[in-house]
Amino acid sequence: MMPVHPTTWLAYALAILAGFAFGFVLERAGFGSSRKLAAQFYLRDMTVLKVMFTAIVTAMLGLTLLRALGLLDFDQLFVNPTFLGPQIVGGLIFGAGFAIGGYCPGTCVVAASTGKLDALAFLLGIGAGILVFSGLYPVIGGFARSGGGERVLLSDWLRLPYGVVAILVTLLALGMFFGAEWIERRMAAPPSAAKKTADDEPAPQAS
Amino acid sequence: MSTVSDHEEHALRERPLWDPYLAGVALGLVLLGTFLVFGRGLGASGALARLTALLADGVSPAWVAANGHLGGYFANGGHWWDDWLVFELAGVVLGGLAGGLTSGRFGLHVERGPRLGVRARLGFAFLGGLIAGVGARLAQGCTSGQALTGGATLALGSWAFMFAVFGGAYALAYFVRRLWT
Repeated sequence: MMPVHPTTWLAYALAILAGFAFGFVLERAGFGSSRKLAAQFYLRDMTVLKVMFTAIVTAMLGLTLLRALGLLDFDQLFVNPTFLGPQIVGGLIFGAGFAIGGYCPGTCVVAASTGKLDALAFLLGIGAGILVFSGLYPVIGGFARSGGGERVLLSDWLRLPYGVVAILVTLLALGMFFGAEWIERRMAAPPSAAKKTADDEPAPQAS
Repeated sequence: MSTVSDHEEHALRERPLWDPYLAGVALGLVLLGTFLVFGRGLGASGALARLTALLADGVSPAWVAANGHLGGYFANGGHWWDDWLVFELAGVVLGGLAGGLTSGRFGLHVERGPRLGVRARLGFAFLGGLIAGVGARLAQGCTSGQALTGGATLALGSWAFMFAVFGGAYALAYFVRRLWT
């Protein structure tokens, strides 16, 4: 029955391996580039949405299938506790930082690893932000801890069976993929430039 | 610090990126693997908080110990590295490095919008990181630990976070368009 929960030294070795795969895939997805990431917010390159939702659906369907086969004890999985207020406000703030800086924490680590100095600045900024948050904690800690922190699934909230919600999420993702492809075609004018724009987005202006 | 033309030269030797959907499947399988082995998903900001706690502890242990947020990492004899996320993040550094070295996308370089100078870009990157750092701590996770990981387990709060991230980014994007276009 999974999860396995390996013992410490093996766990740490496997954690490094999992992180390696994570970082490598992010690099190959193009997430070491702030301009590519930021282009998501100008509808010129929908890679962020495509990669994220494909990954979520892949892992979700895998978990659902293994659970249905009796190979996975879903109750043993860590499910992020729900603190709706802090998560929504934190998400809005986080999104603003993403739009200004062009990275999120994971992608800035990957970009910094490939030599991007702006990613290093973003990384230092995150450290400063964590210190700011910690300094403000006596004031905002009450709000940060509010919201219950319980294990609430989308299926609990929608009062639908887990499997039905998994199918709905898959359909939502497919709908967004069709929308993303449509938007990319619309935004890529002239059409012949579409491929180039997607790969090296946006092309620097010739000086 | 290279110029735009250096970067373009670089681009000519780069290996192509993976198809976004295939990259997504690969990422999803990595995530699924960590769930099956560890019972939890991927993350990034949690490990950065631990590293920040370590650095702050080096400067002012008393402040960290008294702090309601950072102090928790050292409570009950806890060690800053005693969390699988720290090891996972070390792996991310190595994986990103390997990805960059094998694709021709490694190189010291300040990536910036066409109208932004190097100094301005570094300043805005720092500012963006600072804001994202505050948001990630408030939400107890980032795009990795909340949106991706929580999203795959259908955690309600993680989905709320994810839509809030896109909402915040799209709402601000118009006003900061000069940074990127």
